[in-house]
Amino acid sequence: MTKNIYLPEMATIQEVIRETHNIMTFRVTLNNPEAMKNFSFKPGQVGQVSSFGTGEATFVINSPPTRMDYLQFSVMRAGEVTGKLHTLKAGDQIGVRAPLGNSFPYEDMKGKDIVFIGGGIGMAPLRTLLLFMLDNRADYGKITLLYGARSPVDMAYSYELPDWLGRDDLDTHLTIDAPYEGWQHRVGLIPNVLLDIAPSPENSVAVTCGPPIMIKFTLQALEKLGFKDEQIITTLEKRMKCGVGICGRCNIGTSYVCMDGPVFTRAQLRQLPNEL
Amino acid sequence: MAKVQFIKAADVKPWLAELAKEHRVFAPSYDGEALLFRPFDPAREIVLDRAATMPPKKTVFPQSEQLVDFTYSKDPEDLSRIKIDARETLPSGSTVVFGSRPCDVRGFTMFDRVYLTEKTTDIYYKARRDNTLFITLACASIENTCFCNWVDSDPCDSTGSDVLAIPVSGGYLLETVTDRGGKLLSSKLLVDGESKKEEAEKFCEEVAGALGAARDLSQAPEKLLAVFDNMEFWDEVSAKCLSCGACTYLCPSCYCFNITDETIGMKGKRLRSWDNCMSAQFTMEASGHNPRPTKAHRLKNRVGHKFSYYPAIHGGVTSCCGCGRCIKSCPAGIDIREIVLKAIDFKPAAVEE
Ligand SMILES: Cc1cc2nc3c(=O)[nH]c(=O)nc-3n(C[C@H](O)[C@H](O)[C@H](O)COP(=O)(O)OP(=O)(O)OC[C@H]3O[C@@H](n4cnc5c(N)ncnc54)[C@H](O)[C@@H]3O)c2cc1C
Ligand code: SF4
Ligand code: SF4
Ligand code: FES
Repeated sequence: MTKNIYLPEMATIQEVIRETHNIMTFRVTLNNPEAMKNFSFKPGQVGQVSSFGTGEATFVINSPPTRMDYLQFSVMRAGEVTGKLHTLKAGDQIGVRAPLGNSFPYEDMKGKDIVFIGGGIGMAPLRTLLLFMLDNRADYGKITLLYGARSPVDMAYSYELPDWLGRDDLDTHLTIDAPYEGWQHRVGLIPNVLLDIAPSPENSVAVTCGPPIMIKFTLQALEKLGFKDEQIITTLEKRMKCGVGICGRCNIGTSYVCMDGPVFTRAQLRQLPNEL
Repeated sequence: MAKVQFIKAADVKPWLAELAKEHRVFAPSYDGEALLFRPFDPAREIVLDRAATMPPKKTVFPQSEQLVDFTYSKDPEDLSRIKIDARETLPSGSTVVFGSRPCDVRGFTMFDRVYLTEKTTDIYYKARRDNTLFITLACASIENTCFCNWVDSDPCDSTGSDVLAIPVSGGYLLETVTDRGGKLLSSKLLVDGESKKEEAEKFCEEVAGALGAARDLSQAPEKLLAVFDNMEFWDEVSAKCLSCGACTYLCPSCYCFNITDETIGMKGKRLRSWDNCMSAQFTMEASGHNPRPTKAHRLKNRVGHKFSYYPAIHGGVTSCCGCGRCIKSCPAGIDIREIVLKAIDFKPAAVEE
């Protein structure tokens, strides 16, 4: 029988983590053990998460495919569905339609140095790829992470940061926008800190996600550092509904972000009509 | 070729009554001022001398359709837990649409390329599409808003239809287009139509001639992209637009939708409903950023999608069937033909800085 692309898998929330005042992380398992066992996806792919009665919203699966005890979604409160999800607790039922969309070109990135630049909730998609690479560490060169947020309390995954900072196979830099009592790391806007760290573009790929304004200046900084358009990867956050290329909502010219994206190289973005 | 049949005008209703025993039958009749495809009712007059106000889009793609039905219940093993059951709700039964126009039905072929692909099948759409048959009426009433000949069609086009009915003296010639359409033609009310064939051919020639000369749109995909960044162009052509959405709402080939949930007590449903790119909400993002902030951006998407992006993706086919409803119904008098032609004729030199 043909699969019903609109019928979500029922899933149970196993654990809820309050990350920041407006971000919560949900670890979920699909109720059907077969479906959970056979679930496979690639870093960068997203899911439509349902709270039945409120609706669906799009989130990146931010746990890596190398760790399949649960699927993790981090949800920043933005409106109706995200607001409703924030009221849920362990044991509650949600719907999941996943995986959707394309993925990071992690095969092509093998053997290269990787620079991750994440701002705020934009760390979510990067987390998937970062953990995937750490779980396949030998495949990749030097890995640098620059992760920034407005302030320390706005930093999601804070409980993982000591591990990331402590690893000698990962060069982690944390930054916040303005000085904050007790903060031991960098202070400054992400693009400026990036220029300061100045990772080499030589045999490198930069992956960046975050709010539009941060992306804009980070792209400029990367360009200054000598990163070519083909060496820069980012994700788009067009509004999605069906997630399968039918409902017509997410196009930029001939490209449908739910099918051709959300992951694009800067070179690919330049090919699209100017409607980001 | 299957043989052609003939039905007397006076026998149309009795024939539809026969078909209605087995199928849901829709035919155009007035609902107030609007000529709509309504469930066949012998008491209602069937109106075939003009194109319907709305195309029969909803027979295959309802304006609002249930995708999932869900119920909440207390988990008997742990009363503090809420269980949710979600079930698909597929449509069933077969439908016959009588009196659709070639343009109306061609609209569904635009849907097909998106809803039924190698990669994905929309099973709700498929369930209706597979079970909806079209007895299409060739157009005798060409209006000045008609331009099906610009988009590779004509008033006797049978693409997407199951039976083509052509007006001839005293009634209609019925041509079998698909096998399943042929099965609709077994009524005793039908007689051999061979003798009327010539008349039907003449009819088709005449109505094709009644359309003005077709304009060549082969340059449209490229030319529309060329003016993409020229917001002056788009501001000008959209100046009078009210963002009412009537153009997409009445369009046989507009296929965009929204998905929303509704609940009453412990029961609920997930619905998909027509949506359209002329609405400001359509692309609004969570950050408050809207990639199509003005009506100019949105009109650009409507014209661009139909005459540039869709053809680029789908082998040059324009996602417009030339029915002209968007032109006829636009309260602001916006004519999509003029915009496309303006883009085709646009000379970059005209925008000197
Ligand atoms: C590919 C992709 C990946 C994403 N990953 C994440 C993630 O990992 N974590 C996260 O917190 N958020 C993510 N988002 C954004 C998230 O989908 C939206 O914040 C969410 O859909 C808002 O839903 P809502 O019902 O709470 O908001 P609504 O009440 O619907 O609306 C609030 C605002 O959000 C806009 N909006 C509604 N739906 C969407 C949508 N699907 N996309 C963008 N804007 C929308 C509305 O127009 C309105 O401005 C992602 C979006 C995309 C497209
Ligand atoms: S014109 Fe707009 S509403 Fe119509 S199909 Fe295209 S994108 Fe959808
Ligand atoms: S019908 Fe006319 S006024 Fe209404 S949205 Fe379409 S173009 Fe604009
Ligand atoms: S989300 Fe429906 S087409 Fe992309």
